[in-house]
Amino acid sequence: MSEITDKDKSNEQAGPEGNSRREFLSKAAKGTVAAAAVAGAGALLANSDTAEAKASWGEWFQKNYRLMTDEEKKESIARLEKRYTEEFGKKTTVDGTPAQEGVLFGYALNIQKCIGCRRCVHACVKENNQSRDNPEIQWIRVLKMEKGNFLAENMDKGYPDPVGIQVGGNAYQNAGVTLEGEHYYEPEQVPEKGHFYLPMQCMQCEKPPCVKVCPVRTTYREPDGIVVIDYNWCIGCRMCVSACPYWARRFNWGEPNLPKEEMNPNTHYLGNRPRMKGVTEKCTFCMQRTRQGRYTACVEVCPVGARKFGNLLDPESEVRKVLEKKRVFRLKAELNTYPKFFYFID
Amino acid sequence: MKPVIRFALDSFLYLVRGSARYYAWLMFLGFLMLLMFYGAFEQFTKGMIVTNYNDQVSWGLYEAQFIFLVGVAAAAVTVVFPSYVYHHKKLKEIVVLGEMLAIAAVSMVMIFIMFHMGRPDRFWHLIPVIGIFNWPNSLLTWDVIVLNGYLGLNAICGFYYLYKRYTGQEVNKLFYMPLVYISIVWALSIHTVTAFLINTMPSRPMWFHSMMPIKFISTAFAAGPAMIILAFLAIRKYTKLKIADEAIETLAQIVTWCLGIAIFLGISEVVTELYPATEHSFSLQYLIMGKHGLSGLVLWYWSSVLFLLAGFFMLLCPPLRKNHKFWLPLACVLTFAGIWIDKGMGLVVPAFIPSPVGEFSEYTPSAIEIINTLGGWATGLFIFTLLAKVSIGVLLGELKYSEDEGWSPSGEWEPIVHSNEEVYK
Repeated sequence: MSEITDKDKSNEQAGPEGNSRREFLSKAAKGTVAAAAVAGAGALLANSDTAEAKASWGEWFQKNYRLMTDEEKKESIARLEKRYTEEFGKKTTVDGTPAQEGVLFGYALNIQKCIGCRRCVHACVKENNQSRDNPEIQWIRVLKMEKGNFLAENMDKGYPDPVGIQVGGNAYQNAGVTLEGEHYYEPEQVPEKGHFYLPMQCMQCEKPPCVKVCPVRTTYREPDGIVVIDYNWCIGCRMCVSACPYWARRFNWGEPNLPKEEMNPNTHYLGNRPRMKGVTEKCTFCMQRTRQGRYTACVEVCPVGARKFGNLLDPESEVRKVLEKKRVFRLKAELNTYPKFFYFID
Repeated sequence: MKPVIRFALDSFLYLVRGSARYYAWLMFLGFLMLLMFYGAFEQFTKGMIVTNYNDQVSWGLYEAQFIFLVGVAAAAVTVVFPSYVYHHKKLKEIVVLGEMLAIAAVSMVMIFIMFHMGRPDRFWHLIPVIGIFNWPNSLLTWDVIVLNGYLGLNAICGFYYLYKRYTGQEVNKLFYMPLVYISIVWALSIHTVTAFLINTMPSRPMWFHSMMPIKFISTAFAAGPAMIILAFLAIRKYTKLKIADEAIETLAQIVTWCLGIAIFLGISEVVTELYPATEHSFSLQYLIMGKHGLSGLVLWYWSSVLFLLAGFFMLLCPPLRKNHKFWLPLACVLTFAGIWIDKGMGLVVPAFIPSPVGEFSEYTPSAIEIINTLGGWATGLFIFTLLAKVSIGVLLGELKYSEDEGWSPSGEWEPIVHSNEEVYK
């Protein structure tokens, strides 16, 4: 029980009856879970210390964030701040800043400039408190594309046909933007010859398929256009993971490993606060920063200025200027998810 | 004592009495269930990291069982429909066994859903009123409704019928028949909704086609009655219950035609996808031929093709189909196994290969996944064995209500064993 008592300290406001209350809740919960679970599997779950270690009983019984009153939100945030501060040994804040009026966040990425250095990937992990290893979680993946390599010696290697080669020998040769999943490249230097790069992350779709399939509405679109997840409400069914055409969602297969010294204590409730096992997470356009008027971590770190971010409703914002002046495309536009993440070339 | 309580007590007493073979079977299943409890403990405490699921292939063995078993549950309708719509006398006598199979199959579905969830402790978030139910947007919520409704319908119809038989009364047709007709339509809905659950995601091109619901239903009505035939043959062999050849022949014909349709739909899919061979056919190419040197499912796919074709031709030949000693059971096993592959691992896993960004990676289930899956099946068979035993007892009249004042739970304690001579000829 040591683990649960440590992490449960934030719930001690129950006072002297704290123990009996917890006992009662634990009995009640055992009953509920056992009833819900078939074959007694749930009963085993309720009996284990670690299954509940990450979430105190207070969190277990709380409502979905969107449905909480301001009072309940405050209470929940205070509980989390206390728990994280103890757990990570540093003063941690959990921000609850809502979306601001007149703001719709958008992002534009210059694929001509991107050199594939992946500083954005690592800055994102550092900023957003992802699990560092086993499982390792990254929200941005940079895909390596081939510029195309057409060879004369391949000319005769196609499918022969009585009237000549009707499937050319240079078929199956990738060129340009094709999603071929090459994101494990480890070169000495970037950019590599004959290649260019296309970073992908959550597209913050205006018509997000992940939101539609969620059975418990734990993932939803905020008024400023950011698709968020209430990590305390997620049941881990991974419908959203399957429904996302951009492979933007990550699942915590195990307990996340976030070393104390690497933890970023400036967190947002719906953003980068530490997650627990069995829930989904993804890019939130660094809402803990952007709702305070700052840039995202990936925009700040990009050494070539390929990343542009701003308010799509403001005609003077960088992202609107890009939309106006550059040739812009969206990835998988045929799926009509209407991403607010645009790619462009100069 | 109220008859309902007597029914429960008598059923219990009937269940604990059985032959050595009966106990051995239950203990074997119980052993697999114990293994599952260990597996469930591991998974629920350490998280899904004990499975081989990963960011690329995020659904696997559990979802395969889930989808397949929804089909088995729906297949109860292949017994109910001929009984009540075509008044098939021989099937009508044993219709309750179909309903019991549906209950067992839906129970298995629930077990695999628990294993599928990353946070089973938050299951209550899905319960309307106390949780949030994203209905009608999320098709998963539709699935929750139709599956629970189906479980309820079958439990009510099945146990109501058994109870009436037990007390020697006629069923109240005004109450019973509407429920039966609703359950027939409902059976189609559970598999249709399950197909909609996965074929409405353009992010997974292999699933994204409108043939999915009808293919689900045709494969379900092949694999389901194949399992029912096997169960009936076993019941005929080991109990006194007489199941007529005519009933088995009707089911065998249903298997034949639905399997034929399923094979036709399978060929249609292969031609439609592989003739143009666009990027959207990569999953199917990986499944059938392997791609980029990865071929983990190729052997599975071709064994499924072989099983289904062999089973289909056996069923098409009347002398083989009517041979209940060897050929019919073999054809049923092949059909069942072939569709289990086709609609399980062969449907769920390749849809994730390649990933939406085009990455090819393979998946093989972990030991924990395998023991949990075996345990889930064992639990379902355990439930079915008990339900079937009570049903058979009632149908045979061995389990019946008596006004006898001298009733006591320690009554005639004899194992009910049937000699070979008593077996139906």
